[in-house]
Amino acid sequence: MDEMNITSAQWVNADQDTVKAVIDGDTLFVAAQAGNRHYDQIMLQVAAGDLTIADAD
Amino acid sequence: MSRAREFADLAGSADAGGLTGKNILINGGMTVAQRSTSTSMAHDGTTDAFGVDRFRISMGGTHEQLDGTFAQVTDHPLSVNGKSSKWTTGTAESSYDSDEYFYFAQLIEAQNLQHLNYGNSNAQSVTLSFYVKSSVTGTFACNLYKEDSTTRVINKTYVISSANTWEKKSITFPADTGGGGIANDNGTGLYVSWHLAAGSGAVGGGSNGAWKNYGGLTDWADGQATNAVATTAGATWQVTDCQLELGEQATLFEHRSFGDELQRCQRYYSQYDSTNGGWVGSGVFYDADTAEITVRLPQRMRAAPTVSVGGTENHIVIQRAGTSNAGASATNATQATTVAYKFSVDTDANSTQGFGTNMYIQNTSILKQDAEL
Repeated sequence: MDEMNITSAQWVNADQDTVKAVIDGDTLFVAAQAGNRHYDQIMLQVAAGDLTIADAD
Repeated sequence: MSRAREFADLAGSADAGGLTGKNILINGGMTVAQRSTSTSMAHDGTTDAFGVDRFRISMGGTHEQLDGTFAQVTDHPLSVNGKSSKWTTGTAESSYDSDEYFYFAQLIEAQNLQHLNYGNSNAQSVTLSFYVKSSVTGTFACNLYKEDSTTRVINKTYVISSANTWEKKSITFPADTGGGGIANDNGTGLYVSWHLAAGSGAVGGGSNGAWKNYGGLTDWADGQATNAVATTAGATWQVTDCQLELGEQATLFEHRSFGDELQRCQRYYSQYDSTNGGWVGSGVFYDADTAEITVRLPQRMRAAPTVSVGGTENHIVIQRAGTSNAGASATNATQATTVAYKFSVDTDANSTQGFGTNMYIQNTSILKQDAEL
């Protein structure tokens, strides 16, 4: 029943341990680990083709 | 003292709420509110938010007008200074569409539910008790909703008889012997939800009164018979002393100390700010501009957290040897684990690579760590 509005996502570093994402209007540093609810939602939307995680700068 | 007397005292202690650990819910007395004591919500803004710790309120579907406030208030059925959680509708939803639903809930970590033995013949009944007060009378529904294995749901109803009057409610949910049980992990085991409104598409699925496989939105709030909390400007609904316990009897609410409840809450959320943190970590200048700080979490969290900065970022301050302190111009958090993370602070002000430093938070900055379910 969890609904999140994810408007952007980008890896913070080449290690890909963190995603910088804008979720429901807030900028969040999301730990890239299953069980983190934000990361789980990001990966669901990536799997659905609705979101792409940009490479790190 | 005889063994019989000891057993009698033990039973009495349980009746008086003296045994600890019987309440599966956390912060049921609504005492801990780390984020804020009041949160504004709106159909076109924040539609899912935490108020007091561990309890969230969510708008699902496509509300067109609804907004309001979710607050911790000093209003309690038994205690002069006790707390409760209160929703107050601002702008009402003009009509409640079929896809809309609105609920208050706590999600319970799966490994804290293993004693329910769901999924086999040893499964246990649980009883949910709470005090509720609302400006709206009528029949409301509560559900248990389980996502592990086969998604399962059950709703049961309660009636608010008198407007604006505290009423004690008790609902027993039968054991769920089907559905494959609840995984023994740190994920979501159960939603415990209090429905505030449900459109015609969120009721009628047959989940009112008995466990069933979740068949879609019509099972979500089956039995909810009023939407007036959402469709009436100024309507209120508030709750406290929420307890979920094994068995078919509601016992007295288990009072826990504030410190005990805070520690339990910080497994899911914590924050550092100028009033509760101040100095939050030490580190080193990675280069002339960027300090890398180790921030340790106050409690081992459920999962590696999401980190965010609230308020004014440059009120996060880095000490520099031999010169003035510098506010942050940019930050990021990486390498999070359940106990700590690395917080990088760009100061745009030269220090010296390799110098040690400390970080503190002042004024309006907040460093938030979220491992909620």
